Amino acid sequence: MTRKQRRLVLIGSALAVLAVATGLVLSALNDSIVFFNSPSDVVEKGVPPGERIRLGGLVATGTVERGEKLAVSFKITDGKQAIPVSYTGILPDLFREGQGVVTEGSMGPDGVFRADSVLAKHDENYMPREVSDALKKQGYWQGKDAAADAAKAGTTPAGTTPAGPAAAGGAPAAPTVQH
Amino acid sequence: MTAELGHYALVLALALALVQSTLPIWGARTGDDALMGTAAPVALAQALFVSISFAALTWAYVTSDFSVVNVYENSHSAKPLIYKISGVWGNHEGSMMLWVLILAVFGALVAIFGKNLPQTLKANVLAVQAWVATAFLLFILFTSNPFLRYEQAPMEGRDLNPILQDVGLAIHPPLLYLGYVGFSICFAFAVAALIDGRLDAAWARWVRPWALTAWIFLTLGIAMGSYWAYYELGWGGWWFWDPVENASFMPWLIGTALIHSAIVMEKREALKVWTVLLAILAFSLSLLGTFLVRSGVLTSVHSFATDPARGVFILLILMLFIGGSLSLYAWRAPTLKQGGLFAPISREGALVFNNLFLSAACAAVLVGTLYPLALESLTGEKISVGAPFFNSTFVPLMIPLLIAMPFGPLLAWKRGDLFAATQRLLFAIGVSVLVTVLVYAFVQGGPLLAPLAVGLAVFVIMGALADIAERAALWRVPLKVSLSRVRGLPRSAWGTAVAHIGMGLVILGIVGETAWKTELVQRVKLGETITVGRYALTLDSLFPRNGPNYQEGVARFVVTRDGANVGTMEAAKRVFTARRMPTTEAALLTHGLSQLYVAPGETITESAIDVRVYDKPLVLWIWLGCVVMVIGGGLSLSDRRFRVGAPRTARARKAALQPAA
Repeated sequence: MTRKQRRLVLIGSALAVLAVATGLVLSALNDSIVFFNSPSDVVEKGVPPGERIRLGGLVATGTVERGEKLAVSFKITDGKQAIPVSYTGILPDLFREGQGVVTEGSMGPDGVFRADSVLAKHDENYMPREVSDALKKQGYWQGKDAAADAAKAGTTPAGTTPAGPAAAGGAPAAPTVQH
Repeated sequence: MTAELGHYALVLALALALVQSTLPIWGARTGDDALMGTAAPVALAQALFVSISFAALTWAYVTSDFSVVNVYENSHSAKPLIYKISGVWGNHEGSMMLWVLILAVFGALVAIFGKNLPQTLKANVLAVQAWVATAFLLFILFTSNPFLRYEQAPMEGRDLNPILQDVGLAIHPPLLYLGYVGFSICFAFAVAALIDGRLDAAWARWVRPWALTAWIFLTLGIAMGSYWAYYELGWGGWWFWDPVENASFMPWLIGTALIHSAIVMEKREALKVWTVLLAILAFSLSLLGTFLVRSGVLTSVHSFATDPARGVFILLILMLFIGGSLSLYAWRAPTLKQGGLFAPISREGALVFNNLFLSAACAAVLVGTLYPLALESLTGEKISVGAPFFNSTFVPLMIPLLIAMPFGPLLAWKRGDLFAATQRLLFAIGVSVLVTVLVYAFVQGGPLLAPLAVGLAVFVIMGALADIAERAALWRVPLKVSLSRVRGLPRSAWGTAVAHIGMGLVILGIVGETAWKTELVQRVKLGETITVGRYALTLDSLFPRNGPNYQEGVARFVVTRDGANVGTMEAAKRVFTARRMPTTEAALLTHGLSQLYVAPGETITESAIDVRVYDKPLVLWIWLGCVVMVIGGGLSLSDRRFRVGAPRTARARKAALQPAA
């Protein structure tokens, strides 16, 4: 083989690998990405039943009901619309009423969202970004969260005594910063 | 006082970095020995001052000096000492300090060990290294100063995020950063070579140990992070294709390509232009990773920073370094002389094959990571790209690579014989076919392709052993001769084989875990027994317990297998006192290479608990395989031709070094 032919083989195989990779990526982008929707989106866009989506918002207060064998139902709200969600399994640590969550699954024909995964994030100050975008009063939400924390402390497994919202209690509210 | 001292030392380090950025490169341009000579001592001084600064911050953490804002926000006096120390880098400011510390230490190492480097190259490398240091020191001082103080010190700190209070996460960031930042040396070498316009086999020999070192740490860091996520997050998964994981995985893929292409460059002076590009890309992806994690553009466990000013600053650094180095590359690379010729079927060809697939796989991961961000900023549409995307893009690109892996080392340089290589692999092929058939016949359940995947893993492992057997001329010469040949093999040959075996083991672990795991989610009452996979678990007791800075509710299980007791497991829900934040402490029971995994659920009452239990066969190979890969890397690194400062005995080596010296 001449130098030129060798280079052609090299470039040819590089292009072939690139083409395969591009093909794989494009087909995967068609099939396996999941769109995020707020409850309002679901109502306005009319997401067809069976289509896999992510649904995110706040867990509406007073809607969490536990059924038989780890079944849980609750509503996800963005202030305007609320969508009922059913889920079976173990909820994440930071799942609670008033907290932001993202669920993944599909709408059932009865208008109930069947979630097969529920994500809440691992930080008490954290709100999923998609959710916080859809909400306006974040300060209100954080206050709710601290209250929920304190209320919950009595029922935690370790039987901890509620010591009040410690995070707020010990902190100087507006620290002056010295250089 | 210590905080102010730390701040002051950091400013001095910046001043030194500025000196190191300019004087040596000016000296290299004008051929001024004195100016070039400043590079090494200034690099050492810079490392010293960054170390002082970092030590000052650490001291503030150890002594719980809550007048320092950063300490107040991320520490607590009741925290165990190790987490006080790891708390230093468990937050944005501190982790940037660690980044810069490692950068400065690597610079110092180049200054110390780079005695045999040509003077201009050394000066240029250290100058480029200082550009990176300058950028990040400015970033810390202007946007992320960890030394700010309160006028009145609070009594108690806010504590470190509980999920970060873990041994795994105490050492994960340093390992990862050693990898990330290690590639900065390769980057500096690449840019210096481009500035110099000189690039030869010797360059590859100087760069490869650094690339290998960075790769070793990155491999360890990723494996550690994966294991941490596995046992700490309580989801039972070991890889989530989370953007933050991808951010560390992309430099790994390109770094792996780099350590392979550098071999070609070192031995055959070919692929020079490509190797330099990989060196630039590996660090660019490390910077991209830093940007993704530190700017808060992602919604992810790791995004602690949410200040947009920081994001913009890092984006500027990113554009400056990636754009600048790639422009320099586009300008200078065409002037570099092309190296040795090779046929498509040859050792070089196999390494090109490796590089093509690794780069394509990296590109696929890059698209999957950045596409959601791009789409959202362009259209406002929010999407998630998860495991299905990566499984249908990354995995198919890995399969040809794994099939080709055993062939590579058996092909000759310049022109190889594929048929002969296949003949040498017949035994390996036979064993893997046999294993495939046995698995298919005797192991129940799992997807149809799983036995084939096991066969592939076995092929990779046996192929690596076949290479050693081939080099020892096993069965062709008396056994004694073979043994002495094995002993005489260069460590780099062992390194290759061991690292490839490690890869095979990782595949084995992944397949075992994915195809044959059993999962059970159930409510269990006291005294009740559940069966998961090969194990039976009895809920023995539920009780509260106090830790140093947390309280937990523990569920204790007694585990039996085929009637024999194999141990007890204690899974817990923890609530950390300072932040009142609950975490899940999964219980792990290791049995051989398999693990039983118990994660407690939220509703836990006096006499019942929800649990998620997994039986995960072979799962330990995923991480042990990484450790084996790292050992392979270590063996390569200890090969005598890399040993820094080792007397140069072989004549050929002298010849190779001469043109540059």
